[in-house]
Amino acid sequence: MPLDKVVPDFRQAVADVFDGASIFVDGFGGPGGMAQFLLLTLWERGVKGLTLISNTAGIGMTAGFGVPGGRAYIDHSILIENGRVKKIIASFPVAGNPSRVTPFERAFRQGKIELEVVPQGTLAERIRAGGAGIGAFYTPTGAGTLVAQGKETRAINGREHVLEYALTADFAFVRAARADRAGNLVYKGSSRNFNAVMATAARVTIVEADEIVEVGGLDPECIITPCIYVDRVVPRPKDDTPVLAETYYARVGARAKP
Amino acid sequence: MADMASLLEKPRLDRDTLAMRAALEMPDGAVVNLGIGIPTLVSQYVPEGRQLLYHSESGVLGYGPMADPGQEDMDLINAGGQFLKWVPGMAFFHSADAFAMMRGGHVDISVLGALQVSEKGDLANWMLPERGIGNIGGAMDLAAGAKRIIVTMEHVDKKGHPKVVRECSYPLTVRGRVSLVVTDIAVLAMTPQGLLLKEVAPGWTADEVQALTEPRLLVAPDLHEITL
Repeated sequence: MPLDKVVPDFRQAVADVFDGASIFVDGFGGPGGMAQFLLLTLWERGVKGLTLISNTAGIGMTAGFGVPGGRAYIDHSILIENGRVKKIIASFPVAGNPSRVTPFERAFRQGKIELEVVPQGTLAERIRAGGAGIGAFYTPTGAGTLVAQGKETRAINGREHVLEYALTADFAFVRAARADRAGNLVYKGSSRNFNAVMATAARVTIVEADEIVEVGGLDPECIITPCIYVDRVVPRPKDDTPVLAETYYARVGARAKP
Repeated sequence: MADMASLLEKPRLDRDTLAMRAALEMPDGAVVNLGIGIPTLVSQYVPEGRQLLYHSESGVLGYGPMADPGQEDMDLINAGGQFLKWVPGMAFFHSADAFAMMRGGHVDISVLGALQVSEKGDLANWMLPERGIGNIGGAMDLAAGAKRIIVTMEHVDKKGHPKVVRECSYPLTVRGRVSLVVTDIAVLAMTPQGLLLKEVAPGWTADEVQALTEPRLLVAPDLHEITL
């Protein structure tokens, strides 16, 4: 593993993402914490048959979730609406408001995409377990509900628990506020959420960093993701116009903004 | 007893007043997670002199008010995607920690909305069967993990059907963990004997609440109107 993990451009960063790959994509729901340039570059490359693992199935562009006024960014919806995704694993797949039909919901209703819906904490813990080398765990979450169907259960301390298996992926698309050249990371606010967990559980973790500093430029007491989990770091441009939703829609042609 | 049609027309508590009643349940110093909708409103009505520690599954502890217009930061949101204000004393953590806090019993109270609540304390709040797809989000972990589950909701659905039912017909979120239900006409507590009607909205009687409720209600000897 090289000690300098900075890759100069996004195309090089996603060059080995292959057809059929599984990818962790962070973002609680809105643009915060999402590696939009990695997603855009992957869309440009045209790989297909992907499995995406993310908290949502892309609700930021359509439902405006977590979007400050007038600044909608692209999300993993751009891979879904272009038929690149065969399966989504998510906890919050669709917009809360049924009238806001996302690209995922449209594809799902047309039978073009598979969904595994997972409680959010179970999703996070499955990824944590994947990164930590734990094969599976028992959780009380979901016991006696649809999510426990077909799964092994057992009573622990008198309470029903459900066996949930660890989750790993081929790639993680992580967004960090600051990285050093070795790949130590810090995040900002609530944008840490799945990023810090996903970074640990992918075979290749690719980081889109808002700022990159020299090794030694981060306080070692405050590093959230140690560089052992990180394979590549790409600087995110200061100009984020290319990943604004309006730019994307203008680029893909006359398709109306949903 | 009044007929159903006129009962459904009868004035009920508005969302804010319902949230005010639920806020009375928050003891000083409690760690609280508020769901989307009416539960979010609860934070605005916590009685003076009580300080709560708010937990959000987006990875924030100790948050304060919503961000001022123009100050929204996409890196600081609550679980509903609303923007929070940067205030001193907050702590951030990743999603596995956010839910370890819940399942590990570190969150005292979870206030959740509901589509249906059963007399056994079952909760259904993640999928309308007619939509055929739903969002679990953090609801199952909260409902399974928080020490006390309080449901806030309208007493009947848009078609006038009771939401307090014998058995939930919608997909479940959790079994047997709801402890208190605050609706726009009543306050109901789960007891080993069954659902206990403790309070009614001003102008409502126990019989009228019963008429809009599927399971048989026990009536508290000291049944009284909701006061704030």
